[in-house]
Amino acid sequence: MKPGLIVRLVVLALLVAFVVTPQSFAWVFQPLTKNGQPAIYTQNTLLVLTLSHLAIVAVATLLATMLAVGLAILVTRPFGAEFLPLSRSLANIGQTFPPVAVLALAVPVLGFGWQPTLVALFLYGLLPIFENALTGLTTLPPAVTEAARGVGMTDRQRLIQVELPLATPVILAGIRLSVVISVATATIGSTVAAWTLGEVIIAGLLSNNIAFVAQGGLVVGTIAVLIYDGLSAVERMLMRRTGQRTGT
Amino acid sequence: MIEIEALTKDYLALTVVDHVSLTVADGEIAVVVGTSGSGKTTLLRMINRLIEPTSGSVRIDGEDTRALPAFELRRRIGYAIQGHGLFPHRTVGQNIATVPSLLGWDRARIDRRVDELLELFQLPPGEFRDRMPSELSGGQQQRVGVARALAAEPKLLLMDEPFGALDPIIRAKAQSDLLAIQKRFGTTIVLVTHDMEEAIHLGDRIAVMDKGQLLQYAPPAEIIARPATPFVAELIGTGERPFRLLSLTRVRELVEPGPAQGAPISPDATLRDAYAEMLWTGRDILPVVDATGASLGRIRRDDIAHRAERPQ
Repeated sequence: MKPGLIVRLVVLALLVAFVVTPQSFAWVFQPLTKNGQPAIYTQNTLLVLTLSHLAIVAVATLLATMLAVGLAILVTRPFGAEFLPLSRSLANIGQTFPPVAVLALAVPVLGFGWQPTLVALFLYGLLPIFENALTGLTTLPPAVTEAARGVGMTDRQRLIQVELPLATPVILAGIRLSVVISVATATIGSTVAAWTLGEVIIAGLLSNNIAFVAQGGLVVGTIAVLIYDGLSAVERMLMRRTGQRTGT
Repeated sequence: MIEIEALTKDYLALTVVDHVSLTVADGEIAVVVGTSGSGKTTLLRMINRLIEPTSGSVRIDGEDTRALPAFELRRRIGYAIQGHGLFPHRTVGQNIATVPSLLGWDRARIDRRVDELLELFQLPPGEFRDRMPSELSGGQQQRVGVARALAAEPKLLLMDEPFGALDPIIRAKAQSDLLAIQKRFGTTIVLVTHDMEEAIHLGDRIAVMDKGQLLQYAPPAEIIARPATPFVAELIGTGERPFRLLSLTRVRELVEPGPAQGAPISPDATLRDAYAEMLWTGRDILPVVDATGASLGRIRRDDIAHRAERPQ
């Protein structure tokens, strides 16, 4: 086994152990508390918060992927080319609109809970996926797309059998960026009562308990790093499988 | 038979292909030669409608190519391009199987055909069928590209500078392989190249194009002997003419009985090869011995030199 893989597995095991039985790690956070504050957040279990956090990110990313890839496919077809500028601005607006502002605007409409957070993450995640999908679909080797037409594939066959498989690693890189951003951004969802790991951090900030801030931040950070790492590995594998050169 | 009639392609004010008409008989190789920008590739791509003509028509075996949807037409016509265009995410076997799969052949028939073609192109199926294109050499990729074009047994094969990316030694091999396979299947081929040497070597007829116009369409010997315009003459190269003429004839045709000394030459070599051999070894007469070792006679320098004269 490679050393890199061992480190990753150890980090993953530590993460799972901490989330499932946080009390057994209380001694780690004890030095950060003062005046007899609790070392571990217990209002909600860390496990529930982590799973809910991941679920919101997963659903938001899935929806963003479907819309962004769908749009990218549409605007790279001959009949959809004129929608390219419009789609670009749409994705750009999603990116430039601060998630906090989205929450503030969405709460009156959707109420408190996970829904406003989902909307914010969805909008925020669109741009990286859309831009990467666009790049992936427009930078295919010309000889390959020419051959796909020349052998008599229909437009749909070309898209499904040639263009999408070859663009997948690049699209996945966009999804990876989007997921990592969302894992971090989801924490602010706790300000509008979504169950995310932000709850632990905010509780720590309100009660001036650094131990809470540290454990919430560590879990979020570790999850982001592991997901980034895992998706990068999948990309490299896909690049090899599709016979394309890897960047590393 | 392919009948191209007054085929024209305009891009706005620019006429890329200008009323080109030519006919290619069954089983013939027609080579379209010209400089870049001559419209030769556009002409080729209008045959399988990768480019839609502005006006004019193409008929294959009497049937207008516009009678079918473009994708169905292309499945019937083999298409091989420079840089092979293999699908990098599919194995060699899957690449070759592309058109038969599109046509809905059954699995067993496709597998048989893939193995047959791999054998034919000297790529042992057990070793190459499941490899990825990126694991092949340039010459092997090119052969797989041609195999894919031939997979569905098309009667017509279009080739756009298929050997352009190969080094000279592999290119010569690829050309002779193509001739052998063309003989075996009787495929009609339209091939585009900028290389007159390649055109003379491969073509039953050569079409010379310049600035969208077809300048001359004739067998190689006639193109060499009677170029229609100064441009055609220039493309052939005036200093090259006698040698190009010699390269059209095999030693077999000039063999006469009689003794000769020194290393023999094959009856399938061209007169050009034989002449070069004579100049190099300082001999006037070469013995002709075929592959089985049987002596066929000899060939004389004077006879060869006579063949290099401008035909009347």
